[in-house]
Amino acid sequence: MRVLVSIKRVVDYNVKIRVKADNSGVDLANVKMSMNPFCEIAVEEAVRLKEKGVATEIVVVSVGPSTAQEQLRTALALGADRAILVESAEDLTSLAVAKLLKAVVDKEQPQLVILGKQAIDSDNNQTGQMLAALSGYGQGTFASKVEVSGDSVAVTREIDGGAQTVSLKLPAIVTTDLRLNEPRYASLPNIMKAKKKPLEVLTPDALGVSTASTNKTVKVEAPAARSAGIKVKSVAELVEKLKNEAKVI
Amino acid sequence: MSHRNSEDIKSIREGVRALCAEFDAAYWRKIDEEKGFPEAFVSAMTQAGWLSAMIPEEYGGSGLGLAEASVILEEVNYCGGNSGTIHGQMYNMFTLLRHGSDAQKTYYLPKLASGELRLQSMGVTEPTTGTDTTKIKTTAVRRGDKYVINGQKVWISRIQHSDLMILLARTTPLAEVKKKSEGMSIFLVDLRETIGKGLTVQPIANMVNHETNELFFDNLELPADSLIGEEGKGFRYILDGLNAERTLIAAECIGDGRWFTEKSSAYARDRVVFGRPIGQNQGVQFPIAEAHIEIEAADLMRWRACEEYDSGINAGASANMAKYLAAKASWEAANACLQTHGGFGFACEYDVERKFRETRLYQVAPISTNLILSYVAEHLLELPRSF
Ligand SMILES: Cc1cc2nc3c(=O)[nH]c(=O)nc-3n(C[C@H](O)[C@H](O)[C@H](O)COP(=O)(O)OP(=O)(O)OC[C@H]3O[C@@H](n4cnc5c(N)ncnc54)[C@H](O)[C@@H]3O)c2cc1C
Ligand SMILES: Cc1cc2nc3c(=O)[nH]c(=O)nc-3n(C[C@H](O)[C@H](O)[C@H](O)COP(=O)(O)OP(=O)(O)OC[C@H]3O[C@@H](n4cnc5c(N)ncnc54)[C@H](O)[C@@H]3O)c2cc1C
Repeated sequence: MRVLVSIKRVVDYNVKIRVKADNSGVDLANVKMSMNPFCEIAVEEAVRLKEKGVATEIVVVSVGPSTAQEQLRTALALGADRAILVESAEDLTSLAVAKLLKAVVDKEQPQLVILGKQAIDSDNNQTGQMLAALSGYGQGTFASKVEVSGDSVAVTREIDGGAQTVSLKLPAIVTTDLRLNEPRYASLPNIMKAKKKPLEVLTPDALGVSTASTNKTVKVEAPAARSAGIKVKSVAELVEKLKNEAKVI
Repeated sequence: MSHRNSEDIKSIREGVRALCAEFDAAYWRKIDEEKGFPEAFVSAMTQAGWLSAMIPEEYGGSGLGLAEASVILEEVNYCGGNSGTIHGQMYNMFTLLRHGSDAQKTYYLPKLASGELRLQSMGVTEPTTGTDTTKIKTTAVRRGDKYVINGQKVWISRIQHSDLMILLARTTPLAEVKKKSEGMSIFLVDLRETIGKGLTVQPIANMVNHETNELFFDNLELPADSLIGEEGKGFRYILDGLNAERTLIAAECIGDGRWFTEKSSAYARDRVVFGRPIGQNQGVQFPIAEAHIEIEAADLMRWRACEEYDSGINAGASANMAKYLAAKASWEAANACLQTHGGFGFACEYDVERKFRETRLYQVAPISTNLILSYVAEHLLELPRSF
C-alpha cells in the first residue's frame, strides 16, 4: 500500500515571530525554517506503518518554495522513500494547496494520505478537509490513533468531548493530532542515504492546477503585547473590574 | 570531505541538533548535579550512528571525514551538551583503523559501528611522567602467547562506560632503545575481561564531572594478539591519531564558544540595570564581541586542519594551532559570559558555571597549551627544543 504524506516548511517553533515593518507579512529573513511539527507526526506515522508491513511505499510531498527541498530531505532521512516538490514561490491559500495535492493524489493513487491537522504558521486547519472534499475520500481528522485493517482504516479522533473512532474505507485522508506518536530523529546513515533518494520537482502548471487566489492579505499585525497583571484586594473589586473594565460579565 | 558550507554539513548539523533537542539543559544539569554519566545521551548518539561517522562503510559506519566528525562534536557542545562523554570513540577508532590487523578490524569495527561495543578509552598519561610521555613506566613483557602488564595510569577517561581501551606501554626499556620514542607499543585491552583480573580502576573525583580514573596494572595478562600493529612502534601510532584528536577538540571548543557568546548576548540584551540593557555598556559588549571574533578566527584554523587532514596533507601545524586558538577563545568566551551574567552566572540553573568548568579543561587536556607553543617554536620556527 502506498502512503502519501504532505509536509509544510514553516518558521521553526522556537523562533520568535517578527512582523515586517510594512505589515505585509512575517519577516522570514535569516529565520530558521523547519518541518511543521504536525507534519513530522504524519511522517512518523507513515514510517511506523511501513515498519509494521502495512505500507510498502511512502511518498512525501510538499507545496512550497524550492528551499522546501530541505524539509523533504529531512522526511526522506526519517524513512520516506521518495519526494515530490510542487514548487511555488507564492503564498498559497489552503484551497490552492488542496487542489495541488488532489492532482498529486490522482497521479500517485495512494491508499492513505496523511497530513498534519494544521501548520503552525497560519494555523488554518483546513487543507486535509478540503482535500477530502475534492477527492471524495473519507476523512479522519485530528487522529490520535490510526489502525489499518484490510481495506479500511480505523481512526481515533480527538474531539471536544473526548475521543471518537471512525472507520473509513480506503483510500482515505487522515490528519494528525499531537498525541498520535512521538517522532523519531534521523540517524546519520539515513541522512546520508536520503541524499540518494529521488526528489521530483513539479509545477502547478505541469499539474494543470490554477493557484490563483481569491484572498487578499490586507495587513499583518503582531498581537498586542500583554500588559502586566494587577492584584485585587477583594472579591467585590474583582467583580467590579470584570464587569466594568474587562466587560466579560 | 564536505565543504564547510555544503548541504551535507548543513544536514549533519541539523541532524545532531534534532537529537540534542531531546537532551536539553535540564538533562545535562541533572547529570552534573548527580555526578552521573549521560548514558541515555551516549546510547542515543551511538544508536543514531553519529559515533561511527568515520568508520568506513564496509565496516558498518558512514565513511565520513574529519570535517564531518568535527561538526558532530561541535554541535553537541553548541547545543549545551558535553562531547567529552563521546569524543573518545571518534579518535580511538582511527588508531584501530589505521594500524589494526585485518582480523582486529573485521572483528571490532562493525561492533563499534553498531554500538555493541564501545572503544571510548585511551590509556597514555601516567602520574609520574605527565606530558613527558616517552618516559612512561608501564611495561608490557612478552611471555609465550601473552603480554604481562605492570604499572599505573592516571586520568584515563570513560573506562567505566567503555568495553575497550587502547593502552600505551613500554615493551623495550628506555635504556635499550636508540630513540626514546621507540620501544613503546599499543594494545587493545578488553575491559570486560581485565577489570578485577590484574587491572584495578580507581575513579578520580574532579571539577568537570568527567568519568576519569586511575588504573593499576598488576601482572595483567593480555593475549598476544591484543597488540596493535608492530611491537615498538606504538608511540608513533598514538601520535598519528593526535592531529585528528586536536582538531576534534578544537571543534568542541568552537561549539562551546558559540554557546557562550549567544548566551551572553541574549542576557545582555534583556537584563536591565541602571535603566538600560547591560549590553548597551561597552564594558559589557566589548568582551563578548572580542570572544566572538576570536572564535570565528579559531574556526578558520579548525577548517584548515580538517581540509588538510581529509585530503591527506600533514595537518600537524594546523591541528595544534586550531586546538590552541579554539581552547583559548572558548575560555575567553566563557569568562565573558560569566561576567555578563553577574551573580546569576554562578547559579547552576543558568548552565554558565557548568560550561565554564567544562571548557576550561581543554587548555590542559589532552595536550596543554604550553606544549603546543613548544611544538610551534621547535617545529615551525626552528627554535632550539626547550626540554
Ligand atoms: C579530565 C581529564 C581527562 C583526561 N583524560 C585522559 C585520557 O583519557 N587518557 C589519557 O591518557 N590522559 C588523559 N588526561 C591526561 C591529560 O592528557 C594530561 O593531564 C595532560 O597531558 C597534562 O599532563 P599532566 O597532567 O601530567 O601535567 P604535567 O605534564 O605535569 O604538566 C603540568 C603543567 O606544566 C606544564 N609543562 C610541563 N612540561 C612543560 C615544558 N617542558 N615546558 C613548559 N611547560 C611545561 C604543562 O603545560 C602544564 O601546564 C586527562 C586529563 C584530565 C584532566
Ligand atoms: C555567591 C554569591 C553570593 C552573594 N552574596 C550576597 C549577599 O550576601 N548579599 C547581597 O546583598 N548580595 C550578594 N550577592 C550579590 C552580588 O553582590 C551581585 O551579584 C553583584 O553585585 C552583581 O549584581 P548582579 O548579579 O545583579 O549583576 P548585574 O547588576 O545584572 O550586572 C551584570 C553585569 O553587567 C555589568 N554592568 C552592569 N551595569 C553596568 C554599567 N553601567 N557599565 C558597565 N557594566 C555594567 C556588571 O559589571 C556585570 O558584569 C552575591 C552573589 C553571589 C554570586
